[in-house]
Amino acid sequence: MATIAIPANQAPKLHYLNNGHSLKSWLLTTDHKRIAILYLISVTVFFFLGGFFAMLIRLELLTPQGDLMQADTYNKVFTMHGMIMVFFFLIPVVPAVLGNFLVPLMIGAKDLAFPRINLMSWYLYVVGGILISHVMLTGGVDTGWTFYTPFSTDYTNTKIVEAGLAVFIAGFSSIFTGLNFIVTIHRMRAPGLAWDRLPLFIWANYATSLIMILGTPVVAITIVLVAVERLFHLGIFDPKLGGDPLLFQHLFWFYSHPAVYIMILPSMGVVSELITCFSRKRIFGYKFIALSSIAIAVLGFLVWAHHMFVAGISLYAAMIFSFLTFFIGVPSAVKVFNWTATLYKGSISYATPMLYAFGFIGLFTMGGLTGLFLATLGIDVHVTDTYFVVAHFHYVMVGGVLMGYLGGLHFWWPKMTGRMYPEAWAKLSALLVFVGFNLTFFPQFILGYVGMPRRYWQYPPEFQALNVLSTAGASILAAGYLLPMIYFVWSLRYGAIADANPWAAAGLEWKTASPPPTFNFDETPVVTWEAYNYDEIPAWERRVPVAK
Amino acid sequence: MEHAAHNPALLHHFADPQQQKNAASLGMWLFLVTEIMFFGGMFCAYLVYRLAHFNAFAAGSQQLNIWLGATNTVVLLVSSVTVVLAVKAAEAGNRKRLVSYLIVTVLLGLTFLVIKGFEYAEKFEKHHVPGATFQFTEPFDDNGKQIPVNPNEAQLFFSLYFAMTGMHALHMIIGCGLFTVLAVLAWKGHYTPGYFTPIENAGLYWHLVDIIWIYLFPLLYLISRHS
Repeated sequence: MATIAIPANQAPKLHYLNNGHSLKSWLLTTDHKRIAILYLISVTVFFFLGGFFAMLIRLELLTPQGDLMQADTYNKVFTMHGMIMVFFFLIPVVPAVLGNFLVPLMIGAKDLAFPRINLMSWYLYVVGGILISHVMLTGGVDTGWTFYTPFSTDYTNTKIVEAGLAVFIAGFSSIFTGLNFIVTIHRMRAPGLAWDRLPLFIWANYATSLIMILGTPVVAITIVLVAVERLFHLGIFDPKLGGDPLLFQHLFWFYSHPAVYIMILPSMGVVSELITCFSRKRIFGYKFIALSSIAIAVLGFLVWAHHMFVAGISLYAAMIFSFLTFFIGVPSAVKVFNWTATLYKGSISYATPMLYAFGFIGLFTMGGLTGLFLATLGIDVHVTDTYFVVAHFHYVMVGGVLMGYLGGLHFWWPKMTGRMYPEAWAKLSALLVFVGFNLTFFPQFILGYVGMPRRYWQYPPEFQALNVLSTAGASILAAGYLLPMIYFVWSLRYGAIADANPWAAAGLEWKTASPPPTFNFDETPVVTWEAYNYDEIPAWERRVPVAK
Repeated sequence: MEHAAHNPALLHHFADPQQQKNAASLGMWLFLVTEIMFFGGMFCAYLVYRLAHFNAFAAGSQQLNIWLGATNTVVLLVSSVTVVLAVKAAEAGNRKRLVSYLIVTVLLGLTFLVIKGFEYAEKFEKHHVPGATFQFTEPFDDNGKQIPVNPNEAQLFFSLYFAMTGMHALHMIIGCGLFTVLAVLAWKGHYTPGYFTPIENAGLYWHLVDIIWIYLFPLLYLISRHS
């Protein structure tokens, strides 16, 4: 390692990790960094739980017959996969883990504005998680993660109310996280840290938080209405009682489409940090990237009905939503072009976080462009509810969000733990994830285009070859996800000791020790520079170390 | 931490009390935004169905007790005034007046809930509660002719009535609990002219709950009552 290693026998500095070792010091902590670690552990549990259900799906689809499970079981399995992955992994993962850890550090604050509310967010998440696990163990839900009425209100006999309550509670966890971030970013910035000097990760989390506080309450009340409809026979979405199931879809997607941007925006923020650091360059078009996050947050609220093109909305409404959906491609493309332009003439190094950033750009671009297919009314009618849609959103959710998250986790791991991860193993896992991902999901584009519907446990034999490829890819992908789990834990004890700034990165979080002290900075920093001032970092620091 | 010595209310991660106060008040306003979005879903459903089934909504609306609704509107408006007076008293450091205004606010809130309870009881008696026992007799117009109303559509009106006023009442109950706690803390002398943010923020919450009722009252009780 090119950094100055601190001898291990030296008296350890007091930092947030060794400031108290009791269980109580963790479970009642208000330190945003410790809460981030709590979230890291809990979202990882749910990620592997959701992944377990994904493997069950892939195993069932290995053969055309329904041999591993019955149709009812299969319905419950893909529902649990969707609910856990969406509400308990993708939505909280980057904001609650990386955002929680980094937002105060990046803006030079001692903590988030409301540390106790932050802890409460985690407890709400855990209560929601326990409830969804309870649902899973006592019969499950079979509506898909979307709770569509009237199936969810009138017909299914599964645990809708409990699952709805779990999602409702987890939703409040994300509302409070968003509220905390917005107030923190407005009120807690270090002296000199003007809005146009903020790291783009902060802008991305700010935009995400806006969606969290504006969208989540709407899905919360929608789920409450579904629950009271089941419990007290209010007929708000029931056509028998004059209600309209389409209204449910409008209200549900009013949140759940923007929720896609809750997932992807923070990962986009991560990628901006990675691309600049590993090409040693100022970001190209700072203002455009910052404002494109806000544009995505705003436009994201105006495209929801593209989930309903075949649900019976009027043609004129469909045309407007189709146009707006194309339009939201613009700020997303602005980001991709600016990242690519940042690479131009940069001195690029291929550390693991950068590999994930490259993976993100490629896969997100695929996911985004196929989104334009789906925005086109005619094509959407053809591929609605097929594997084409499944492949599309997995390219964005897994290829985008997860790539960004893993890239960020590798990048900030030395800051969070004070240890380097093993670079060679990390590169191998990045490769496995990329190959496994494409092998899993690319065949699904073809499957969907030739007509394989989603959410079926059986399929005609001519679809088998592509399904076998997909299942094989999923196995490689699983290995790619298990590997970091192992070497991250290994590195806690055996990883090389990281100094304060092992990547020679810009950004306030690298100006304090690794791991940071409990109150983040010994003295409140005063910021006199622009973000990503890589051209101002002294020549002797201009190296990106390769960790052992 | 040296600040903590002379201001026990200042949390360690804020530079000064002003920053802390600004953060708390921005946080509260954002929370109110989430509340508006929360109720917004139901207002949206109301709008859609009222446009689709106007006659049934008008007929359903005329079955509500306008006098109880109007009384409750007045009760809530007065309670908003007492909240403002409580905040003023806190600002002036007048502990006794602060506590009394908080108690009066809670009592007014409870009055609202009791009146609401009578209204709900009336709905049960008239079989206007959605579900298997729901009944709706078609109302008569001024000439004594029956106005044709689809009872299912009228039931939808009562579904929304219960969902919206029920959710509002839940917020009232939370508010009453909140002010009770604040009254106890105020009695113990937790608040000074330099620090009374919780009173101010709880007041903002109460005003929002009040404003939601100001919208609910005409939307639910006053459809086609202009003649």
